[in-house]
Amino acid sequence: MSAITYREALRQALDEALEKDERVFLMGEDVGKYGGTYAVSKGLMEKFGPERVRDTPLSELGFTGAGIGAALGGMRPIVEVMTVNFSLLALDQIVNTAALLRHMSGGQFSVPLVVRMATGAGRQLAAQHSHSFEGWYAHIPGIRIVAPATVEDARGMLGAALADCDPVLVFEYPALFETKGEASGERVDIASSKVRREGSKVTLVTYGGCLPKALKAAEEVDGEVIDLRVLRPLDMAPIVESVKKTRRAVVVDEGWRSGGLAAEVMARLMEEAFYELDAPVARVCSEEVPVPYAKHLEEATLPQVEEIVAAAKGLFG
Amino acid sequence: MKAKAPPPPAGKVKLPAKASLELLADMLRIRRMEEKCAELYGQGKIRGFLHLYIGEEAVAAGTMRVLEPEDNVVATYREHGHALLRGVSMDAIMAEMYGKQEGCSRGRGGSMHLFDAKTRFYGGNAIVGGGLPLAAGLALAAKLQKEKRVTACFFGEGAVAEGAFHESMNLAALWGLPVAYFCENNLYAMGTALERSEAQTDLCAKAASYGMATLKVDGMDVVAVHEAARKAREHAAKKGPIFVEFQTYRFRAHSMFDPELYREKSEVEEWKKRGPIHTFSARLKAQKQLTEERFLELDAAAQAEVEKAVAFAERGTWEPVEHLTKDVYTEVSP
Repeated sequence: MSAITYREALRQALDEALEKDERVFLMGEDVGKYGGTYAVSKGLMEKFGPERVRDTPLSELGFTGAGIGAALGGMRPIVEVMTVNFSLLALDQIVNTAALLRHMSGGQFSVPLVVRMATGAGRQLAAQHSHSFEGWYAHIPGIRIVAPATVEDARGMLGAALADCDPVLVFEYPALFETKGEASGERVDIASSKVRREGSKVTLVTYGGCLPKALKAAEEVDGEVIDLRVLRPLDMAPIVESVKKTRRAVVVDEGWRSGGLAAEVMARLMEEAFYELDAPVARVCSEEVPVPYAKHLEEATLPQVEEIVAAAKGLFG
Repeated sequence: MKAKAPPPPAGKVKLPAKASLELLADMLRIRRMEEKCAELYGQGKIRGFLHLYIGEEAVAAGTMRVLEPEDNVVATYREHGHALLRGVSMDAIMAEMYGKQEGCSRGRGGSMHLFDAKTRFYGGNAIVGGGLPLAAGLALAAKLQKEKRVTACFFGEGAVAEGAFHESMNLAALWGLPVAYFCENNLYAMGTALERSEAQTDLCAKAASYGMATLKVDGMDVVAVHEAARKAREHAAKKGPIFVEFQTYRFRAHSMFDPELYREKSEVEEWKKRGPIHTFSARLKAQKQLTEERFLELDAAAQAEVEKAVAFAERGTWEPVEHLTKDVYTEVSP
């Protein structure tokens, strides 16, 4: 097995999905001729044709809703909403239709839809192109939220998402697109969180683009790093197990602090592992400001390795 | 400002007597069912929002008769009539209104969210404009799978102000989708008159600007609706998307909470002269296709169906609370 990039892993997964199942098609802005904003779908339109790798107008609400309709009509659409920032224009269809439909119809209609989008900051794209709204989406029952942070997951999560009968939102991290790793090509589970580094002193819980930062910080503090992978429904078991050993935890989340995903993980630790803890659970999140353009200000906004180290050390009094 | 009503529908009905009487019976079934719903609302048997279709029955009646069983239907929160004529039983609709698990959405949807997989009735969408992209997607799926089905999407004129309308018109026209967009223009988006909310009040012009074929039809005339719907279905199946504006009028309030401050009683009375049921009955009587006796028979049959549906709903049972979290996600993969 040779190492490939996260980007190539995403591309291979799409290629395989289109190859394997006639019902699968990819649609979104610039997925075809342009080859994908991040070149993830490069070459796929040439291979599968413009019907199955379908360029759309800039109508996030319209084509996301059309993806839901196509899913109801027997297809397995993959909708690409370019970035999480633009997904706000499709929010009504994602929440009010895709997420609610099955329960609201008394179990009659499932929506086997996959929505992919890039997310996260760190490339000086300024306030409107640097959002992390995974936590918002993780608030909503009826959808599954996955966040591949490794090359293996970037390769293996799409197949699992397409096999799911319900809407799955896949968050992809441009900050990780150039990272390299091995990918077996096997489908991975989209139900569990995983230990990415063993350690004994403190549990660092994170996901997505912050995983490399947490891994680096862990070297300094003998941290055990847990990658959430699936943001809804959350799999707390490995986290609780880890905390039983380390008795301390820091949650690292690029989202804003208030009402965020980190807060949810902390609350669950209070509910499920309060008596295992020797210190209050800490969190490292983004500063609650619109993400600025200037490099030094953007860096100061986002979680950084030194902050994670400091937060972890702070738990030892 | 008063919306002036055109003259009542008139003239010879050029349909076989059987077809005419079916359309009349369809409208009566909706009318009697909804009159009963209003009464049951007063008694507290039905709760939540209840949006009555009374006055607009000709649109559902005229369109549903031309759709094929394999077609898809997408509707709004004012969809009792559409569900009924699509083939959802009045029993299941009434039980849904009661919130009983024998309802067509197991009592989870209520008046605004009637669903039925068997008849390809995709709701029951209570976000204005929300059904339009869905319909485009259903039509896209049909096209990609080379299926013959057409998707019929109903919505009010209020939806044309939504981005979803414009995005959907564009997608449908751009991709040549087999979809018929049926706009029920009842002149008021809740309480806001069309000319108070739209700079361009010609709805067909909006759709036409996307390259859509369009038709403008008197929605109070069930014969005109039926004819237009037949053309629209054929167009959607063979040539691509079409937009049809049915000019209609709602005789009752927007919902049960609406004091109707935005329109004059005299305007409503004027439109009632164009009522789809009595004008159609009069035309059929004039050409000897209908007697008063036959009319009363049809009406009695509709009322009997309503009484049966109410009894069914009364006998219905509540979904156990332990099932509350069932079907948030699909439990068994098909």
